[in-house]
Amino acid sequence: MTAPVWEEPLGPVGKAGKGITLFLVVAVILVPLYSIVLTSFSTQAAINEAGGLVTVPTELTVEAYRQIFTNQLVTHSLLVSLAITAVGTALSMVVTVLCAYGLSRHGSLGHRGILLFLVVTMFFSGGLIPTFLVVTSLGGYGEYWTMILPSAVSVFNILVMRGFFSGTAPELIDAARMDGAGEWRILWSVVLPTSRAVTAVITLFYAVGYWNSFFNALLYLPDNGKWPLQMILYTYTLQGSSMPGGGVTGTGQYAGHQQIAQLSLQMAVVTLTLIPIVVAYPFVQRHFTKGMLTGAIKG
Amino acid sequence: MTTGGTATKPDAPPRPAPAATVTQRRWRIRLLRDRSLLLMTLPAVVLLAVFAYVPMLGLVTAFQSYDIYSGFWHSPLTGLDNFQRLLDDPIFWHALSNTLVISAVQLVLYFPVPIALALVFNEVVNARLRSFVQSVVYLPHFFSWVLVVTVFQEMLGGAGALNTMLRRHGWATWDIMTDPDAFKYLVTAQAVWKEAGWGVIVFLAALAAIDQSLYEAAAADGAGRWRRLWHITLPGMRGVIVLMLVLRLGNALTVGFEQMLVQRQAVGRDASEVLDTFAYYYGVVNNNFSYGAAAGLFKGVLSLILVLAANKLAHAFGEDGLYRK
Repeated sequence: MTAPVWEEPLGPVGKAGKGITLFLVVAVILVPLYSIVLTSFSTQAAINEAGGLVTVPTELTVEAYRQIFTNQLVTHSLLVSLAITAVGTALSMVVTVLCAYGLSRHGSLGHRGILLFLVVTMFFSGGLIPTFLVVTSLGGYGEYWTMILPSAVSVFNILVMRGFFSGTAPELIDAARMDGAGEWRILWSVVLPTSRAVTAVITLFYAVGYWNSFFNALLYLPDNGKWPLQMILYTYTLQGSSMPGGGVTGTGQYAGHQQIAQLSLQMAVVTLTLIPIVVAYPFVQRHFTKGMLTGAIKG
Repeated sequence: MTTGGTATKPDAPPRPAPAATVTQRRWRIRLLRDRSLLLMTLPAVVLLAVFAYVPMLGLVTAFQSYDIYSGFWHSPLTGLDNFQRLLDDPIFWHALSNTLVISAVQLVLYFPVPIALALVFNEVVNARLRSFVQSVVYLPHFFSWVLVVTVFQEMLGGAGALNTMLRRHGWATWDIMTDPDAFKYLVTAQAVWKEAGWGVIVFLAALAAIDQSLYEAAAADGAGRWRRLWHITLPGMRGVIVLMLVLRLGNALTVGFEQMLVQRQAVGRDASEVLDTFAYYYGVVNNNFSYGAAAGLFKGVLSLILVLAANKLAHAFGEDGLYRK
């Protein structure tokens, strides 16, 4: 992409303004993340010297990670978060893909009614208290399924996907039907393979949602032995550092290892919550615009 | 959906049918044809029925004096008592006014940011630079509120980077995270950090949809950069801007529930109490379920009215809004 010939070149002020804006925008996001990750790898001495977060790497160590990985609470919460994310995403994708395809055929029986049934929930909901009462009366208190089932369906995602599916070339579907394929077969071997972008993006949306889910754990999982990572982050890093004298801080459990700063332990927990997102991100990122918009506008 | 198995059986060999049953037969044929499609929607329908529609029925608690042992069915009805109490409760009004103030601050300080960013990004000619910048600004959208608030805590908190720097120079420190007066600006800054980049996507798409030959023609007619921005770019984005504004107004009563929740301890209840946290603390934490549900219903109905009103407004401006007229 190059600038069109008729466009007058930017003046020096415009150029500088644009460059500075872009630089600031990127720096405001990346510098905090960089310094958090760096601090998690820094020694007590380096942190003392910096007076807090480290911005220039001096002495590096993986001691913080060695210690949080020997902590049962943290390792267990990591497993809980990974399991909830894997199981939840798989379930949500199956439900979403099926429903989106089931509603993608114009003129199919009842599809308008079902669509209305779905869309109403986007505009009005029972709200927090009735949902809490329903989930607990189903025996959800203290159960892992409360992290998945109540939020398993996103109507928005179904609509985005449905928009894509109904755009699948009808001649492909007709050809498959001529060959005797039923709806399940058409979905699996015709529609899904031509909708990779939207499938990738929506999988990421669901996975991130489960990985980040915090409030449902606060509501339904009182026992810290069942907590996902976000609850550990909240309790031991966020509250631990902002509430003088209150709450539980990470230090107690590591009394025997004074050489590692509490701050780097906390930043190691932050880094753990960051890693899966940053790792998954590049694979899906190029589909964002396509995956988001085409479907959303049609839907 | 409601009729059961008999209809899915293949029909008996055709015989002349009376006119009245023809439509019924066609309906059966459609059911037979579409039964797989209907079956596919079933899991989603069941999940929504249980976790979205049953709670809607559960809103009856708002008109009861709910207690756990009696449940929905046997708790005594109290009519509008809970709403009466709500309207007499100064804390509720405080939560409502906090919600509206934070919403208004976000409308003014947050809403224009993605539009401005989209205009700047659109001027970036180098494709690699542009895709790098976009990848970076989309990233925080995928962070949890706990994570975002933690990042802000490490930057702006009492022991954070900013105050460490101030202390080092012997200057006065300012713990922004615990300052109630700064809270509405703090949460807006957090919202900008987390979501403004992601918000750029829709505006970039609107910009890409503008016919490029318009720019060329305008340039040939001697229209400079600013005139083209004013007469081509902004009118081209109008539809999307109105749509986003409608969504924002419709959501005016929803201001980052988790965001408020995780900062409550630091900044205190006075500054951070919004409608959602009010319902949560009264309902779940204090076990006053009916009162919390009443607050939730109040918010839900008001929000619905806001969405519809905002849409009317969009139609009045000749735009589609959320749905067409």
